[in-house]
Amino acid sequence: MSTMPLDKPTVRRIPDKLSTPTARLLGSWESLLAAVAIAIFFANSLASPHFLDPWNLSDATYNFTEKAMIAFAMTLLIISGEIDLSVAAIIALASTAMGAAAQMGFGAPALVGIGLGAGLLCGAFNGLLVARIGLPSIVVTIGTMSLFRGIAQIVLGDKAYGGYPADFAWFGQGYMSDLSWWPSWHAFEVVTFEMVAFLVFALLFGVLLHMTAFGRRIYAIGNNAFAAEFSGIPVRRTKFVLFLLTGLMSGVAAVCLTSRLGSTRHSIAAGWELEIITMTVLGGVSILGGSGSIGGVVLAAIVMGLVTFGLGLLNVPGIVMSIFTGLLLILVIALPIVVRRLRASS
Amino acid sequence: MKLFARLALGTALGLALVTGAASAETVKIGLVVKSLGNGFFEAANKGAQEAAKELGDVEVIYTGPTSTTAEGQIEVINALIAQKVDAIAVSANDPDAVVPALKKAMQRGIKVISWDSAVGKDGRILHLNPSSNELIGNMCLKLAAAHLPDGKGDFAILSATTTSTNQNTWIAEMKKQLPKYPGLNLVTTVYGDDLADKSYREAQGLLSTHPNVKVIVAPTTVGVLAASQAVKDAGKIGEVFVTGLGLPSEMAGAVHSGATKEFAIWNPIDLGYSATQIAYRLVKKESDGKPGSEIDASRMGKIKIGADGEAAMADPFVYDKSNVDEFAKIF
Repeated sequence: MSTMPLDKPTVRRIPDKLSTPTARLLGSWESLLAAVAIAIFFANSLASPHFLDPWNLSDATYNFTEKAMIAFAMTLLIISGEIDLSVAAIIALASTAMGAAAQMGFGAPALVGIGLGAGLLCGAFNGLLVARIGLPSIVVTIGTMSLFRGIAQIVLGDKAYGGYPADFAWFGQGYMSDLSWWPSWHAFEVVTFEMVAFLVFALLFGVLLHMTAFGRRIYAIGNNAFAAEFSGIPVRRTKFVLFLLTGLMSGVAAVCLTSRLGSTRHSIAAGWELEIITMTVLGGVSILGGSGSIGGVVLAAIVMGLVTFGLGLLNVPGIVMSIFTGLLLILVIALPIVVRRLRASS
Repeated sequence: MKLFARLALGTALGLALVTGAASAETVKIGLVVKSLGNGFFEAANKGAQEAAKELGDVEVIYTGPTSTTAEGQIEVINALIAQKVDAIAVSANDPDAVVPALKKAMQRGIKVISWDSAVGKDGRILHLNPSSNELIGNMCLKLAAAHLPDGKGDFAILSATTTSTNQNTWIAEMKKQLPKYPGLNLVTTVYGDDLADKSYREAQGLLSTHPNVKVIVAPTTVGVLAASQAVKDAGKIGEVFVTGLGLPSEMAGAVHSGATKEFAIWNPIDLGYSATQIAYRLVKKESDGKPGSEIDASRMGKIKIGADGEAAMADPFVYDKSNVDEFAKIF
């Protein structure tokens, strides 16, 4: 015989959501990053009198704009459970292709097309190996990382391609105020083409990931690829498209960087793949796939840009700077976990 | 979060105090190198600090990227521009890629020079070479003469490949200046292709076919090392001497064995010293650095600016038993 008083049901209120929207917003990764960004901004302006200068800040954005454009595509790829380590090598190959074309006398529009095309082709190659043949992406892209840069190395040796047409320099060095339709307000003078490209791509990728069915599929694949497959999601095709996108964005970054340098060497963008992945993870994208947001990555890019520029102003050597970035990454990842533990124990 | 903000603020304040200590009157010179953690550039920084100490009102900011990339160097240059330094002296990873950033620096009134590894003409006021072809050719002959009794006797050249631009220029300079050393007689020139084993065999061949050759001059570090080894293995130390251009770290053994008494190469300490001196004079408007002008570099003497704004610092520096170990640690 049950002793439960069945005739008297206990009243239990089940809330719709575990916390209020404001509390959730405050506790989210993005607000933590935003707070870190603001803290670093204040720390920088206290540490150096040269930090709060619009032209200096404008120069500083080059520290992250090109890398961030690739990080947006990388975000989608990592959420889907894959990774691309060959992005910096794609820049090298695309830049080499543009350099060779510039030697042949092609103009700026053709060079941009060649850069983007080379990026797409490299992305398609990665995509085929991963999505068609089914090889693990980390192995494939470690291979193509050496392959793509190796080709650039064979073509260039210890030489450099230069002699890019003068109008090609605008993508990496130009200001929006060079264009006639840009508002001629004083505050808008310092806005570079790369900054606008960064914001436009952030918006495009944000919409794609958070507001379309395609974006929802990426999360589904990252959380459980088998379940996604059985739900009728074209897993392989989606992954192929994501590699294409990553290749294309590497091509975009290659155009900007090559235009900014006006010269191509095989060592161009060396080591960027790790900085891009750091940016993505710092932005709150789970390295295991399934979660993350573009907003977080935008903030992470700004945080990393501010940190490197601020430390640069204080003439902190690059080696110490990478230690700082590493510590920042660990700190930002550890902080919410530690806070949760402390809360659970009290 | 509060804790983190407080920590960040604390660090920032600490750093602000440290940087605020430098007075506004000092001339700030950014010494930008190809990459940090390279012995050659650490030595150049030593020279730069020496110059700063001598001049008194100079702060040298020694900086550079962690890897030898142009984009890393641009980030560093942008940070220096932002700090409003007075001068930038750069050894470029890419002569063209840094030009736009350096042009921007010059537009904002910063004096820009390059040293060691040149920057394209539009991106700098002048470029400081460690030496010139003429001086290198002369130094090779001077070293050969110093090894021969009364500066009289036969010598041979062991070069790199027949098409090596640098070596061919230096050999041509040696031939041109040979009349200045009437006792010297150039017997032959052989080519070791800058390969250790081929250079070794060519040196062996010289020793057997030209027994009168008392000095082998090798204007390449591979050649000078291989020839020293060949002389040592043939048991001719004290009879035949090897000299030329080489790196102290590679040559230390040959100098101690006695196969080589003296050899030459640039001195990175002097190079950093001169670059700092020149940058300082440009900031103080003691010189405009135009081709044809002369700049006082204190202990390194007056440095003349040649065509295209290229300047040669000095004779290559001579290394022997007394100083080779000290520099072997550097490069």
